[in-house]
Amino acid sequence: MVAYSGSVDPVFKALSDPTRRILVEELAERDEQTLFELCVRLMSRHGLEVSRQAVAKHLDVLEQAGLVTIRREGKYRLHSLDRAPLRATWDEWFRPLVTSDDHQTDRQQE
Amino acid sequence: MRINLTSVLVDDQAKALDFYTDVLGFEKKTDFAAGEARWLTVVSPDDPDGVELVLEPDEHPAARPFKQALVADGIPYTSFAVDDVEKEHARLVAAGVEFTQPPTAMGPMTTAVFDDTCGNLIQIASMATS
Repeated sequence: MVAYSGSVDPVFKALSDPTRRILVEELAERDEQTLFELCVRLMSRHGLEVSRQAVAKHLDVLEQAGLVTIRREGKYRLHSLDRAPLRATWDEWFRPLVTSDDHQTDRQQE
Repeated sequence: MRINLTSVLVDDQAKALDFYTDVLGFEKKTDFAAGEARWLTVVSPDDPDGVELVLEPDEHPAARPFKQALVADGIPYTSFAVDDVEKEHARLVAAGVEFTQPPTAMGPMTTAVFDDTCGNLIQIASMATS
C-alpha cells in the first residue's frame, strides 16, 4: 500500500467532474474571475447549460480541495486557481508511475 | 409599443451624471426635479434620439442589498454596445475605471465588465474581431 498524505483524494474527487475540470482550465487562463465571468465562459465557450447555483457549488468543491481560492476584493468575490495541489498530486502519484524503473526497463528492452 | 427608456439604480445622481457623461461619454438629455430626486437621463451621442438611460436613485431599501449581491458575483446590471471592446477598455482604464473582467472572447462576442462607481457593474460588448 502506498502511504498517501491525504491530499490527493480530494483533488481526484474534485477533478472527477467534467464541469469542474473545465472550470480549472478556464481559471488557468487568468486569475481573479467572478462567478459571472466563469458562468459566461461555461456557456459561451463550452455550450454548457448550468445554473449559477450549480457553478457556485462546483467552485465550493474545488475550494475544499484547495484548487480554488476565493478572495474578497472590496465588493467583489474573485476566484483564482491554486496550482499547488495539482503539483502535489503530480509529485505524489503521477510522477512515480510515469518515471518508474520498471517502465524505463521496459522501454530499454523494446 | 416601443422601448424608449432603460435605467440604472445609482447611489448618487450627481456623481452618476459625472461618470456617465465625463467618463463614459454619454450626453445629458433630460434633467428636472422629481420630488426629492431628479428625472435624469443620458443618451449616446451616436444616437441622441435613441433609448434614454435613466440615472435612477437606489433609495428603495431593497435596492442596495440587491445591487451588492449582483456586484459580489460580478453580474453586470446592464450591457452597452461598443465597436471595439479592447479600445474602449484601454480608454476607460486610462480614465481610472476599474474592471472586474478585462476584454475576454466569449463565443461570438468580446465582453468586459467595469464598475460604474455608483454601485453597479456594467458590461460592454462587441462582436469578436478575430
